[in-house]
Amino acid sequence: MVKKLTRNASRVLYGLILLLASVGLSGCQSASQPTLYQQIGGEAGLESLVDLFIDQIGRDKVILPYFAKANVSHFRQGFITHLCDTLDGPCDYQGDSMVQIHTGMQITEADFNRVVELLINAMTEAGIAHTTQNQILARLAPLRGEVIKI
Amino acid sequence: MKRANLCRFVLACCALGISTPGIAGSGKLLATPGVSQVEGSAGGGIVPWAQLAGYASEEQWSLGGFCSRASVDDYRLDVCGIQANLFDRVELSYAEQSFAVPALNTDIEQSVSGVKVRLYGDIVYSTWPQLSLGMQHKSLKDDAVAALLGAEDDSGTDIYLAASKLHLGALGGFNTFWNITARHTEANQLGLLGYGGQQGSERIYLEASTAIFLSQNLALGYEYREKPDNLGLGEQQWQDVFVAWFINKQINITAAWLDLGSIAGQSDQTGWYVSVTGYF
Repeated sequence: MVKKLTRNASRVLYGLILLLASVGLSGCQSASQPTLYQQIGGEAGLESLVDLFIDQIGRDKVILPYFAKANVSHFRQGFITHLCDTLDGPCDYQGDSMVQIHTGMQITEADFNRVVELLINAMTEAGIAHTTQNQILARLAPLRGEVIKI
Repeated sequence: MKRANLCRFVLACCALGISTPGIAGSGKLLATPGVSQVEGSAGGGIVPWAQLAGYASEEQWSLGGFCSRASVDDYRLDVCGIQANLFDRVELSYAEQSFAVPALNTDIEQSVSGVKVRLYGDIVYSTWPQLSLGMQHKSLKDDAVAALLGAEDDSGTDIYLAASKLHLGALGGFNTFWNITARHTEANQLGLLGYGGQQGSERIYLEASTAIFLSQNLALGYEYREKPDNLGLGEQQWQDVFVAWFINKQINITAAWLDLGSIAGQSDQTGWYVSVTGYF
């Protein structure tokens, strides 16, 4: 019995280790794969995604107030360049850092996630595949620490 | 509270939750709290996870309720429970289980009070897995069957440490989840057959879950729970394969295929599991 339990337990552990290894390895992209920037349709795709995202923000009572003093066209251009850079497009974002932009805004965890949901809505409206959406979010998620509660 | 009353209360809460969304916190991303496990904690179906029940983020609270049914060859387990999430730091839960044993023409009833504290992290955003420490105090209403089988106690307390992580876009672009839980327990079949026994030995048991999100709303997963064999009746590990459907942040439904091994001498107990959780 004990042997069987141990065997089963080790099987589960082995499976989890394999899973973790594949999770780690999937970070290495082969050169032939299109970049996320290309997958969302390059410059035109990116611009339409950001426009849909701005529409989502404009319709959200909770998030819109954060943009009360923002210049929309400045935000639009900055976000396009930043996303283009983050998604391996041919851009080099030289604008204000995430910390500079969000300092003083005191964005809560909940409101950060709400913005993530608005971006997901925009990506879905733009017809971006579920798996591509997840990979885009994986690129943006590490920035959270430079955005919230500052 | 009688189990039937608790069940009615939970269903009423679910209905209220669906009809009046937005009273409580909804600051977490869809599906990230998981579902409800059979002892009342947030988790999968059989394993408690590091996430706390409900969608409350650190500045919010939430309340939830669930009912589940597991039906295998010779037994049936019905559970209903309620859960509170305080500021994504503490989860409080209470569940009532009713375990039907048709062969003995009896129902074994047990209540479970749980508390879980999030020690570190967030399953989506932190570098390391989210980590929580939990406790489940379980108490049988009537220990006649447990005593007959040689159990030492009619109540017991499990303590567990759980680590969970969601990897965004990890496997072929699909979000991938895993959880590992280490539990110290003396419970025989969740405690429904009492606590401890002649073959009992104090140790920590391993539980694990993994899931892949086929869409934002739909997860497909597998769970494993190692268990003691204190009574010498050949108690075995539990396993299940599950599908969880997160309709929205108010309600989710889980269906699973169970392999519960041998229960009180009846071998190969397999069957089905259905669970509904509502938050408001």
